[in-house]
Amino acid sequence: MIAIESRAICVCCLLGFSLLGTPKISADTITVAVASNFAETLEAISTKFEQQFPHDVVLVRGSSGRHFAQIVNGAPFDVFLSADTRRPQALVDAEVVENSKVKPYAIGRLALWSSIPTANKLPRERLVEGDFNHLAIANPRLAPYGKAAMEVLENIGLASLIQSSSENTLVYGENVAQAFQFVATDNAELGFVALSQVINSVPDEEYWQVPADLHAPIVQSLAQLTDTEAVKQFLNFLTGSEGSLLLRQQGYLLPTQN
Amino acid sequence: MQPSDITALIISLKLAAYSTLILLVLGTPLAWWLSQTRNRLKPVLEALIALPLVLPPTVLGFYLLIGFAPSGPIDSLLDSLGIPSLAFSFQGLVVGSVIYSLPFVVQPLQTAFVGLGKRQLELAATLGAGPLDRFFTIVLPLSKLGYLTAAVLGFAHTLGEFGVVLMIGGNIPGETQVVSIQIYDHVEALDYTSAHTLALGLLLISFLVLLAVYGINRQSRLVTLQ
Repeated sequence: MIAIESRAICVCCLLGFSLLGTPKISADTITVAVASNFAETLEAISTKFEQQFPHDVVLVRGSSGRHFAQIVNGAPFDVFLSADTRRPQALVDAEVVENSKVKPYAIGRLALWSSIPTANKLPRERLVEGDFNHLAIANPRLAPYGKAAMEVLENIGLASLIQSSSENTLVYGENVAQAFQFVATDNAELGFVALSQVINSVPDEEYWQVPADLHAPIVQSLAQLTDTEAVKQFLNFLTGSEGSLLLRQQGYLLPTQN
Repeated sequence: MQPSDITALIISLKLAAYSTLILLVLGTPLAWWLSQTRNRLKPVLEALIALPLVLPPTVLGFYLLIGFAPSGPIDSLLDSLGIPSLAFSFQGLVVGSVIYSLPFVVQPLQTAFVGLGKRQLELAATLGAGPLDRFFTIVLPLSKLGYLTAAVLGFAHTLGEFGVVLMIGGNIPGETQVVSIQIYDHVEALDYTSAHTLALGLLLISFLVLLAVYGINRQSRLVTLQ
């Protein structure tokens, strides 16, 4: 009995010493408000980050407009990853963050996706031939991916054609996640989505990677809202080599350094 | 207010009006059966009708979206009847709203019918009044307050509908762009002034409609008393 007890004490001591022995930085929780298009990518990045650092990353996904309104009204976020540059800039204008805390972190790419491909017809051909009833895009007024999609339609000369057509209807999602949903549930035959949404999950022939010169670059900016050591480490990881690699694998381009 | 805001207001009012009318027509036999029956299936049906209260509207809308899909069960049924797909259409919104607001109409009607009592109906029957005659001359006038409550709740609940429409509407101007979504879009676009204006407009119109309904009810009750 005594032997067992003393052994237990020994184990406890060892455990205690090993815990004390590793001088780890205190674990923090980093709360990130992230645009829905970037949430999947950020999940991959924060999983890697959590393996190397003692901190926890909590993702709050949603639309950037809503996150903006919540941040202005005191939401406890540490980092804001917006889908555009406008909302972080609006935080600067509202004097919620300093200008130096805002910077681009990714450039989004657009894809035209068709989940029900007709025989031998690629999504791009279906679009040009008008072989669809509904074309889903994110709301151009709210979402940069929607704005870019409209620019693509204008640049290939289809915008006015579709808007005046009675057979081809544009349907608008609140954001690119909803445009994705309309195609994923087969309600829209075609949809402009973020490349990151399809690049690793959908067969290649189902989507057309829209050439980047058909629309203005979709620059996504972040705003750093708090100044703890953990947040700095996280942002360094995100914009560092490992974060950048994951970002590219998920269908984003890196922002041009300047 | 922008022209698109006014269009959205009209769509919302139209949607609420159509849905309420359909719900009153559908809800009457349903509520009547529930109020009279001793069938063992009654609790099952009651639970089913209350279910839209449980599901968050966006979740309900998501399943409707799946149901409306060209390969889905609802669409193949409609297709055989020659009716076009419901997704992204005003008709689709009406179907969604009817499901969404069903408990708000059926429950007040059922309560009203239960409260009627059997005496007057039996009396009328012995005097030779048929079932339809009894319904229109006795049940309907005596359940007026229940109908008023049902109509007001159904209308107001549909007017404020957001999640279901967000999922199945596709935000098409003049077709499925309703006022609640329009307000949300203004907020999302950081155009708070337009959002406030439209929200105030929606509240004012709703207040006036409700005031009119309750006002008419009060007056007609005074007339009956006199």
